[in-house]
Amino acid sequence: MNSPSALSPAVSEAAFAVTLVLLILAPLAIAGVALINAGLGRSRSAAQALLGNVAIFAVAAVVFVLVGATFTGLTDGPGHLFHLAGKSWNWLGEGSLFFAGFSAASPQSQLALLYEFLAVALAALIPWGSGADRLRLTAGCAAAAVLAALVFPLFAHWVWAGGWLAQLGANFGLGSGFLDPGGAATVHVLGGLSAVAVVWVTGSRRGKFPKEGFSTAMPGHNAAYILFGCLIALVGWLAFNLAGQLLWLHAPLTALPVTAINTVLAASGALAATFTITRIRFGKPDASLCANGWLAGLVASSASAALVSPLPALFIGIVAGIITPLLVELLELAVSIDDPSGAISAHAVSGLWGLAAAGIFAGAPGQFLAQLIGISTLLGLILPLVYLLFWLLNRAVPFRVDADGERIGMDLHELGGGAYPEFVIHRDESYR
Amino acid sequence: MPAGFFLCVAALVLFPSPGSRTAFVFCGVAVEALGLVVAVRGHIEPRGDAN
Repeated sequence: MNSPSALSPAVSEAAFAVTLVLLILAPLAIAGVALINAGLGRSRSAAQALLGNVAIFAVAAVVFVLVGATFTGLTDGPGHLFHLAGKSWNWLGEGSLFFAGFSAASPQSQLALLYEFLAVALAALIPWGSGADRLRLTAGCAAAAVLAALVFPLFAHWVWAGGWLAQLGANFGLGSGFLDPGGAATVHVLGGLSAVAVVWVTGSRRGKFPKEGFSTAMPGHNAAYILFGCLIALVGWLAFNLAGQLLWLHAPLTALPVTAINTVLAASGALAATFTITRIRFGKPDASLCANGWLAGLVASSASAALVSPLPALFIGIVAGIITPLLVELLELAVSIDDPSGAISAHAVSGLWGLAAAGIFAGAPGQFLAQLIGISTLLGLILPLVYLLFWLLNRAVPFRVDADGERIGMDLHELGGGAYPEFVIHRDESYR
Repeated sequence: MPAGFFLCVAALVLFPSPGSRTAFVFCGVAVEALGLVVAVRGHIEPRGDAN
């Protein structure tokens, strides 16, 4: 296993071609998450949810090219350093504005930027699902712009472009430094923590937590979207995990089949675990929670699939599949968190578990500590930063739709028409 | 939560020995967990309020 460093080895033509093909398939992960987000929301907000997914993809891509890529920098490019305790700490990339000089960059750097360009869109999409049915489209796009301009580039530089987390191995002897080959931290935990911030800033849906009794069940409106989204997402996840292994770990092409098997094993183990848990808890398996479990397995695999053998990969997936349905229920019932897409459990918590498990099962001395420092950076620095930025943004672009908009549905309120014009759409009165 | 993060970074700089460094990093993560619990509790919405 090679350490990700500022000095990347030259990439062979075959590896370049394979990585490029994988990255062309990677947007299927975005399509899958978009379908899951839309299906888990309500029917009267379905068109707004899907348009939001596309708009956020577009905004994140444009803002990353205009601003974010400058802070991420190139894998073999310069960075801003400061010196502390005799070590250099690379904390910010020093790229050129507007992708200038992109075509002249090394093949490795070009592929790395393409990976980050797609990864930022996926990260920005995750909080959108958590704000379903009350987060305004403009606010969703503004939040995506903030993530793509500032937060994602900063963390991506630290992990993927030779930043201080990647150099924990070289500077402090902690394994190979913080490892995140499939984007579990940089995409999923970052997106999941942004979902926490969105839920805290926006608040819960009207009537979700009544004065008396349990929380109101507001099930997703289309299980077919949700479960088809799971299958589509698998292809995209395989692409992200395999491309990440080639780009960030500089693995040979012969290492890819095991990673692909580990990815599928983690997702399958997670689904089986969630299926069993919900079958025991409710008497019948729950389709939405099973989808969340599948996603949680994929997210956990993003951290670990390239670093472990198949048996640990299956175990990691099973644990993710056990944690997710229990946590979804706990967050809703115990701490009144209204997260329609389950992103906090499936992306943030499963991602954190995957990162820790990668450190445990990778076996290199000091690797677990490196992973723990990455986790601590996400919880202690990135979550407060995202919350602060969203809290400030909410002052300028209110996140939450007004009460009337929520009552008639986001489709009619924001778009003037619904996703299913030929059907009767349930209004809030249906839940009273 | 940021205090926990700075404890972890301080552990890297101050403790060269793996044992004490690991213990200090665990303390930092524990401080973050406490901060997270406080933040979550602070954001629990009163039931039936404004919804």
